[in-house]
Amino acid sequence: MAIETEPGTTQQPGGADPGATAPVKAWWMRPAVHTAIIGAVIGYIFGHWLGNLIDSGYPQIQPGGGQPDQNDIDIVLGYVFMVIGWLAGLGFFNDLINQMRGKRLLDYELRSGGDTGLARYFRFTHDHKVVGIQYLVGMVVYFCTAGLFAMAIRTELLSPVNHVFSSSVYVEIVGEHGTMMMMLMTSVILGPFGNYLVPLMIGSKRVAFPRLEALSFWLTPVAFLVLLSAIMLGGFNTGWTGYPSLAVQAGEGIDAYAFAFGLMGISVILAGFNLLVTVICYRAPGMRWSRIPMFVWGILGTAVMMTLAAPILVGAMYMMITDRTFQTAFFTPRLGGSTYLYQNLFWFFGHPEVYILALPGFGVVLELLPVFARKPLFAYKVAAAGIIGVTLLSFFVWQHHLFDSGINPDMRPLFMLTTELISIPTGFIFLVGMGTLWKAKIRYTVPMLFCLAFFFNFLIGGISGVFVSDIPADTTEHGSFFVMAHFHYTIMGGLIFAFMAACYYWLPKMMGIKLNETLGKWHFWLMFLAFNSTFLPLFAVGLAGQPRRIFEYAHNLQTLNDWVSISAFFLGGSILLFLINFVWSTVVTRVPATGNPWGSRGLEWQTSSPPPAHNFVAVPVVLSGPYEYGESGGPPVADMNPPVGVLTAALAGPEAGSDAARAEA
Amino acid sequence: MAAEPQPAAPTQGRGPSHGMRIFVIWLVVSVVADLLFGFLLAPHLPPGDMSSAAHDEQDAINIMVLMSAPVVAFVLVYFGYALIVWRHREGDDEDGPALHGHARIQTAWITVTSVIVLALAVFGTVELWDSHGAGAGEGPAPIFKPPGTVSLASWTPGKPLVVQVIAQQWRFTYRYPQFGGFETYQLVLPENQWVQFDVTSLDVIHSFWAYQLGVKADANPNVNNVAYAKPTQLGHFMVRCAELCGLWHGAMFNSGSVVTQAQFQSWTGATKSFMADVTRLLPAFATTYDPTVIPAFRSGPVMKKLGLTSAGGGFYPPQDPVQP
Repeated sequence: MAIETEPGTTQQPGGADPGATAPVKAWWMRPAVHTAIIGAVIGYIFGHWLGNLIDSGYPQIQPGGGQPDQNDIDIVLGYVFMVIGWLAGLGFFNDLINQMRGKRLLDYELRSGGDTGLARYFRFTHDHKVVGIQYLVGMVVYFCTAGLFAMAIRTELLSPVNHVFSSSVYVEIVGEHGTMMMMLMTSVILGPFGNYLVPLMIGSKRVAFPRLEALSFWLTPVAFLVLLSAIMLGGFNTGWTGYPSLAVQAGEGIDAYAFAFGLMGISVILAGFNLLVTVICYRAPGMRWSRIPMFVWGILGTAVMMTLAAPILVGAMYMMITDRTFQTAFFTPRLGGSTYLYQNLFWFFGHPEVYILALPGFGVVLELLPVFARKPLFAYKVAAAGIIGVTLLSFFVWQHHLFDSGINPDMRPLFMLTTELISIPTGFIFLVGMGTLWKAKIRYTVPMLFCLAFFFNFLIGGISGVFVSDIPADTTEHGSFFVMAHFHYTIMGGLIFAFMAACYYWLPKMMGIKLNETLGKWHFWLMFLAFNSTFLPLFAVGLAGQPRRIFEYAHNLQTLNDWVSISAFFLGGSILLFLINFVWSTVVTRVPATGNPWGSRGLEWQTSSPPPAHNFVAVPVVLSGPYEYGESGGPPVADMNPPVGVLTAALAGPEAGSDAARAEA
Repeated sequence: MAAEPQPAAPTQGRGPSHGMRIFVIWLVVSVVADLLFGFLLAPHLPPGDMSSAAHDEQDAINIMVLMSAPVVAFVLVYFGYALIVWRHREGDDEDGPALHGHARIQTAWITVTSVIVLALAVFGTVELWDSHGAGAGEGPAPIFKPPGTVSLASWTPGKPLVVQVIAQQWRFTYRYPQFGGFETYQLVLPENQWVQFDVTSLDVIHSFWAYQLGVKADANPNVNNVAYAKPTQLGHFMVRCAELCGLWHGAMFNSGSVVTQAQFQSWTGATKSFMADVTRLLPAFATTYDPTVIPAFRSGPVMKKLGLTSAGGGFYPPQDPVQP
């Protein structure tokens, strides 16, 4: 194993040489966002020029029947070199080049002048805590942007016949909203809280691959901007699923869609892989599998799905790009391709994707419930089994998206069965949640309110999921607002509510500042009521026959649609309230919350808030599980200052054992 | 997810029996909910009762509501009870009891949820078989078929009627191969006869959704997608495109009607002779069409009578309509 196991050496993230000295440079000479922007602009111009050069010699044929004169090559190459320029400007390649030239690597914090202020958040850093905060701010920005598109959709649907937007602009808005939410919100909990908290929760001073982790974040702003740039290219009219032949036929905006989604796929793979290895290899001594916090279990399951599913997405997007640029025909049936190929590839990613969006939520609520119920987690092993079960089964359900599409009918009972089976491990989460509340002493803090709302919302989302998994019922519900309401209940009602709970719960840890409780309660109640008032009627709208992604609908559904739209505006207002609370608490009032404001036993709360540079003064030795509430006189969660010999013995033990076993074999 | 009535509480003896209280409240709530739903709402639930497929879909939805209402009720009653009874009281700084699990309850939960889920899967499979695919598109080689062999040459009542649905941006047209292969904008079906919909597309993926008939089948270019339904009531029904197909997806709808057999026979006779000179110019009936190979008829009798046709090469030349 490549992990440093000698406790004598200081573990420097990124393998930096602790003895090297760093030259101090002026701030504008150091790589940061401003150099990255310069690199991106230069890269885009170069790629665009190169694409035009390549394109100029060849006639373009559009197999799907799009505009024959459009040049997709320059757009895609422009984006490719823009990303390379962006990363070069951030200094991502510096260490690689230095290592190839045989130079000593410098500690990143030394090189950047040891900055601890705001400037480090605009740099490519190796500190997982900085990356976590970067992700948090990024995710809030992406979420709010995509949310504004949702507001635009609901504005258009206020009337069945009078239009705010033209039909083309409306389809663009629908596509932008869906794609931005589905691709960027993939990391909404894993990015900020996974990266920040997992090392703290497992007692590690670092993550396994800090460069990949930072890279995974710095790809997200590019993916976000590339996706938005589709609007300037005329948008894309395919929705977030991007089905060919429509995608092959569509204008240049779909290049931006495919590139952004593929890029985000790479980011997701890196983020997942890093945390996967971190959880497996970087646990503190005593952090057995039976003592891992539920949040880490949730992140572990998510990371497995990300690492295994997202490559399929990247492949599908790459094929779509080659279809549109090099004139391949993977997805053009007339030329030997198949639209089903894309649908299968997309949903082989897309269905684990929706569990990628659910599992971190499970982790958050199961982590928080014992803290505010003041009780141990009920049936820890069942909870872990539920998360593992969802992770495994999620790879075997994707064809339920294709029940009406005309693929092999004999596969249908199988996929109906697997889809319904996945409700068994999901049900475990409810068993654990309900068991934990038995005879508890429930404290109604803001994070707890969001957790409880998660169970309410996910119950409705899950039960409606059983309806769409049944093929006879699905024939009516497929492609209608019923499905749309179903997945908003699981993703928005599940994931985003869990995200809010996590924000209120862990911001004291991450920033040393507690968000305002009164504003938080207003935010919760407004969001909870507006959310249900928005999406509950949509089940009825869908059953009444309103298909998704339409800009005109039946007159008799106007009352329900108007109700939904007005509720949606309140829902948007509740997010605004969250932003106000966030800015008010963290920028204006800044009431410090040090220590352990929730009385949690989690390992992350045993170090100071915010944590020191390398998380722990010494690597802790974990003595008991994180949920041992109600056990008076039980062992503390961890020994934060273990004697020197303990660590050496713990690290040497299994290594020596496995070496001996290998020698015997 | 499902639930089971939690039997006696893990800690018995002094104090109220929370488990029994929750059980009683749950029983009352779920019986009331099921009765209310079953008698008031279930008979009127979409997609209605206009065809065999719609009827089976309505049945499936109703049965699942009746099964899931007690599950939802159990979770909600439990949460409601817990949130009220086991809330934190002022001045009580003790932790709750250190319960780490309860083997019997865990086993019971896992057993009951597994049984419910497997029962639902078996029910869904039987229903799918029983309803001949439940109106869903089964692809070019369907296996859940209604009785009777299909003859493309002619149609006799009692055998499945074949209707080809040709989707394109942004219109549905219908071809009746058993009546000489005429093509029309009107979808007219006879009452109480099995209909086989052969759904295909000329350009991108659409989805043929005959809402009241409970039929939904994606229209894929170069692929035939078959779905079955037996209309059982006279009247009109709505046809909408249920798969995003570009700019005017939201405006891609029309309506069809179910008529008596006599009316259907006279309609097909009239349409067949009315369309005869157009039908002659169309390519022979096939399960899929390639719009770039079929010559597009842009003038002459076709234009005069009907405008352009789908099977005859589409309303637009292949590179149109230009997408935004």
